Amino acid sequence: MNYTVGEPIRDTKAPEGPIEDRWDKRRFSAKLVNPANKRKLNIIVVGTGLAGGSAAATLGELGYKVKSFCYQDSPRRAHSIAAQGGINAAKNYRGDGDSIHRLFYDTVKGGDFRARESNVYRLAQVSVNIIDQAVAQGVPFAREYGGLLDTRSFGGAQVSRTFYARGQTGQQLLLGAYQALERQIAAGTVEMHTRHEMLDLVISDGRARGVIVRDLVTGEIETHLADAVVLATGGYGNVFFLSTNAKGCNTTAIWRAHRRGAYFGNPCYTQIHPTCIPVSGDHQSKLTLMSESLRNDGRVWVPLRKGDDRAPGDIPEHERDYYLERIYPAFGNLVPRDIASRAAKNVCDEGRGVGPGGLGVYLDFADAIGRLGRDAVEKKYGNLFEMYERITGEDPYVRPMRIYPAVHYTMGGLWVDYDLQSTIPGLFVIGEANFSDHGANRLGASALMQGLADGYFVLPTTIGDYLANGPFGEVEQEAVDEALGQVTGKIGRLLSTSGNRTADSYHRELGKIMWEYCGMERTEESLRKALERIPELREEFWNNVKVPGEEEGLNQALERAGRVADFFDLAELMCLDALHRTESCGGHFRAESQTEDGEALRDDENFAYVAAWEHSPEGTPVLHKEELDYEYVHMTQRSYK
Amino acid sequence: MNLTLKVWRQNGPADSGRMVTYQVEDVSPDMSFLEMLDVLNERLILEGDDPVAFDHDCREGICGMCGMVINGVAHGEQRATTTCQLHMRHFKDGDTVTIEPWRAAPFPVVKDLVVDRGAFDRIIQAGGFISVPAGSAPDAHSIPVKKENADDAFDAATCIGCGACVAACPNGSASLFTAAKITHLGLLPQGQPERDSRVVAMVEQMDLEGFGGCTNTGECTAVCPKGISLDVISQMNRDYLKAAN
Amino acid sequence: MVTPRTTPPKAQKTPKRPGRQGLSGFLRSSNGKKAVMAVSGAVLVLFLIGHMVGNLKIFLGEGTFNSYAEWLRTVGEPALPARTMLTLTEIVLALAVIAHMWSAVSLARRAAKARPVKYAARRKSQANGYVVHTMRYGGVIIVLFVVWHLLDLTFGAVNPKGYDATPYDRVVAGFDPSRWWVTAFYVVALVMVGLHLRHGLWSAFQTLGLANGRARHLLNVGAAVLSTLLVLGFLAVPLAVMIGAVK
Ligand SMILES: Cc1cc2nc3c(=O)[nH]c(=O)nc-3n(C[C@H](O)[C@H](O)[C@H](O)COP(=O)(O)OP(=O)(O)OC[C@H]3O[C@@H](n4cnc5c(N)ncnc54)[C@H](O)[C@@H]3O)c2cc1C
Ligand code: HEM
Ligand code: HEM
Ligand code: SF4
Ligand code: F3S
Ligand code: FES
Repeated sequence: MNYTVGEPIRDTKAPEGPIEDRWDKRRFSAKLVNPANKRKLNIIVVGTGLAGGSAAATLGELGYKVKSFCYQDSPRRAHSIAAQGGINAAKNYRGDGDSIHRLFYDTVKGGDFRARESNVYRLAQVSVNIIDQAVAQGVPFAREYGGLLDTRSFGGAQVSRTFYARGQTGQQLLLGAYQALERQIAAGTVEMHTRHEMLDLVISDGRARGVIVRDLVTGEIETHLADAVVLATGGYGNVFFLSTNAKGCNTTAIWRAHRRGAYFGNPCYTQIHPTCIPVSGDHQSKLTLMSESLRNDGRVWVPLRKGDDRAPGDIPEHERDYYLERIYPAFGNLVPRDIASRAAKNVCDEGRGVGPGGLGVYLDFADAIGRLGRDAVEKKYGNLFEMYERITGEDPYVRPMRIYPAVHYTMGGLWVDYDLQSTIPGLFVIGEANFSDHGANRLGASALMQGLADGYFVLPTTIGDYLANGPFGEVEQEAVDEALGQVTGKIGRLLSTSGNRTADSYHRELGKIMWEYCGMERTEESLRKALERIPELREEFWNNVKVPGEEEGLNQALERAGRVADFFDLAELMCLDALHRTESCGGHFRAESQTEDGEALRDDENFAYVAAWEHSPEGTPVLHKEELDYEYVHMTQRSYK
Repeated sequence: MNLTLKVWRQNGPADSGRMVTYQVEDVSPDMSFLEMLDVLNERLILEGDDPVAFDHDCREGICGMCGMVINGVAHGEQRATTTCQLHMRHFKDGDTVTIEPWRAAPFPVVKDLVVDRGAFDRIIQAGGFISVPAGSAPDAHSIPVKKENADDAFDAATCIGCGACVAACPNGSASLFTAAKITHLGLLPQGQPERDSRVVAMVEQMDLEGFGGCTNTGECTAVCPKGISLDVISQMNRDYLKAAN
Repeated sequence: MVTPRTTPPKAQKTPKRPGRQGLSGFLRSSNGKKAVMAVSGAVLVLFLIGHMVGNLKIFLGEGTFNSYAEWLRTVGEPALPARTMLTLTEIVLALAVIAHMWSAVSLARRAAKARPVKYAARRKSQANGYVVHTMRYGGVIIVLFVVWHLLDLTFGAVNPKGYDATPYDRVVAGFDPSRWWVTAFYVVALVMVGLHLRHGLWSAFQTLGLANGRARHLLNVGAAVLSTLLVLGFLAVPLAVMIGAVK
């Protein structure tokens, strides 16, 4: 697959001047919408996760007419519900030296200098308001005996800025947003459409003006029109088939928007989470994350000797290799995710992995239990231990957990400017679905922060600037018809193929290719191989997939097949992006570009840009580069030694 | 291991539905219950049959999407476990497993094992929130909350809205679900201004949706994957008596 | 397999707020009905305790027992006309029974509507066992029992000694070994009462929002103890007559 290089792009919305003042400036310069007009302005929000749920609720509060969509049976089930660890905020309640600037700095550095300074600074500023908002909504964050909020340090941060609600922070934050949303639904400002899947975007007169959705219960294809469309449809980690994402997570919404002109930013940036429960067999349908917080007290090790298959308890201390503590003495078991993941892969590649297939390392709590007592450990991690035992049938109090990295988060997504608007006017993208704030690697507990910052605070302000010129008049009928034609054509084709393999089996195979060739470690050779295999497999898919049932009614096999079809196209772009970026950075590790001791080696000279890909109907994607300048954080080689 | 499954098949709300028997072979003990059904469905698709429809998403016990009545027990006999987190190691070779959807009039069957739980959302709409527009909140530390209260509120707030409580309750009551939210918000200082109106409105909505009344049989808490305690129902009752008088 | 077109389930209407209020709203709500059941149940329990204690006076001899029955009718005299207290008690009891049955019936009907389809697999109780599922038919058995009981010992209609005998004589005659089936019926009914209270006693506290955490555990134990004591206390009289200890 080839590509051409197009015009560079610039984010023209970020104000100049001191970084602390930029968001204030933008808020002031943004046009306001007259309250009487708001009632006439329609906004579609697709997705009800932290980003979409908070956005729809807030836009409804502001007086806009909002339509909200999700594919689950209730907005409360969006995948944000699964986030365990916590949410960062620069509250500095501990007085441990945290500040907005430090959160900003950590995020830029953690993102391996591939994120925009202005955006990240704004994120750190807004983070403070998120906690206030959530607490006022009744989110039951952990508290100390004095009645004040508790925080912990998380994923490589040296300050304690992560707010949490046991191991269910995402759930509690999402329920807060969900309740705010339900309140607006009751108030009549938001119209909710559950079990509706967005299948295409309607563009009229150059503006995003609506969506085509399928009612998953009746099978009916519906058109919904509005003055602006917001996509908050989450990440696309499921392109790997096995990931920590929910089974329904998909790329369809953003991929369809991409095909209609929205640029796709940094598709290859994926985050592999180091602490997941290893795969147990071919039947595996998804991977389960064990919260990163476990690394605060657990010690990671493998046997010193290759192929040592003794039970962990029988391996004496001096025959164990606590490799993270050995290689990274300063951070030890708390190194960032990408580093921990790759280190695990390396020891397993050396043949020192444990468990089925040698794909696992131990996460051992024996020391913590000895030091703190079983009760204290149980208090802290009890629910995670239970979950582990339930899935593996092993008791982690007596036998160390086995963990292995798994695909977890996608930093890439639709390209957006400072206002969170994509390259299609009127199409806004928020949450994990956009590429914005995390650069090449996301810090733990920052995705929740970003989703809520976008939804509660940033988008509701910036979208007004766009809508101040609305309402935008009639939508061209041809545009609607064309989109409807695309959608029904695709469904018709899937249903009529009648081959002899299921969509899931193709998805599994695609996932294996991606994991093998575009996973934790990528090489030119592997990526070229993937770029060869993917089109072949896609070809076979379209000729040999079997989708039972009909267009009408609930047809879960059809839903799945449609998603897999889009994953094929996305997978190709991911590999192309990974191939073109010959440097290593953050979650993107090119084996060709590493330091002597095996760390990711950036090439700032040539790659300090966002790769924004434009779809071209002829099939040759066009690369637009957005240069990244660092005024406030000095670019350095990331080092956690 | 090999299992005999008796699965409720129903093509839509209008169809009367029936139990259909399937054999599944080579089930691995490491599989989750849903993975076992995935295997069955893959086979059904290839055989040209309609796969069994069931709801699921996160497959890690938190989204509340999955749920079926397994051998007469909501989410299966394993305690404090959602269907997606139930593993086949708890079954024996040769077992017959009966699988049915949640049964309750306010949860009409959409297809096979999929039911419509929209009634829960409407109960929340009636008052399961604290009214606070974005940006209007005071500093989070301006109101300390007693740790005990925060912890109890959290316990109630862990409800995942799966509906197993309704499925298990002989009265088809949604009390545990409704009370969990009332208790969560009622225990926090932020929830006080709307406390009385909330409980009256939510109880009323619960009745309007057609759920039954609670007669304290305790089946709900026994199957609740999050172990929501009967305390919340007691709390709801107390709040209701106070608010309604 | 063909998939016919399905229609989406109809959404229920969200009611206009503010909600139903006042007494009628309260009585129509499932929570209100339950409160009625708990309060009326509590009245009945208090009566039962008193009744049992009264019954046990039979062991103090015929005179004591009969004068106790007499006292029931004359208490408050001469300030109050005869039978005032007794009649008042009877009215309260009747109201309690009506209220109790009304809420039981309307909750049962609501439950039947909420659960029109039964599970194919035999439901296993995951909670308090079978006892709680005897409440409804157990209640019916108790009512039937009370009817018989009133005809027997209050009105004497089905009592060998008839209405004119002293209470003591009616009791002794009623439980005569030759009428073993009467005694058997009493035993069955008492066991039902015991089961009913085994659940009902703590349940009433829960319904009134007075059971929480550890309190519920204590209440549960308390309910088991009190219901057992009541059953034993009541059983003592017919059994004593049966074996001839009271004659
Ligand atoms: C297991 C796990 C643990 C995590 N833990 C943490 C953590 O501790 N801290 C942290 O900061 N981050 C964490 N993350 C990351 C974080 O949870 C996510 O990045 C974030 O929640 C994404 O939110 P979102 O609103 O963008 O999207 P989502 O929550 O994924 O919501 C997507 C929404 O879009 C809808 N949707 C998707 N496609 C369509 C379509 N085609 N049509 C209609 N609707 C559609 C869905 O129905 C859903 O409502 C974790 C992630 C995982 C997987
Ligand atoms: C008239 C016949 C009766 C019927 C039909 C009846 C029925 C019921 C029912 C259906 C319940 C609710 C069941 C539950 O909570 O699971 C109940 C509860 C109760 N009953 Fe009865 N009952 C009857 C008589 C009695 C009597 C005679 C007493 C007392 C001696 C009594 C005391 C109670 C108590 C204390 C409760 C608990 C209230 C609560 O759950 O809140 N009942 N009864
Ligand atoms: C086996 C044990 C019992 C005995 C020996 C017994 C005995 C009696 C007697 C002798 C009377 C007549 C009192 C009088 O007219 O002065 C009476 C009345 C009555 N009993 Fe019982 N009883 C028993 C159990 C019960 C039970 C279990 C109930 C209820 C569930 C009950 C309910 C009543 C009622 C409602 C009356 C009428 C009270 C009145 O008129 O005010 N009894 N009983
Ligand atoms: S209370 Fe328990 S069983 Fe009921 S919906 Fe909530 S989590 Fe599910
Ligand atoms: S099972 Fe039903 S009766 Fe009450 S205690 Fe639970 S709601
Ligand atoms: S699939 Fe989410 S709880 Fe089971």
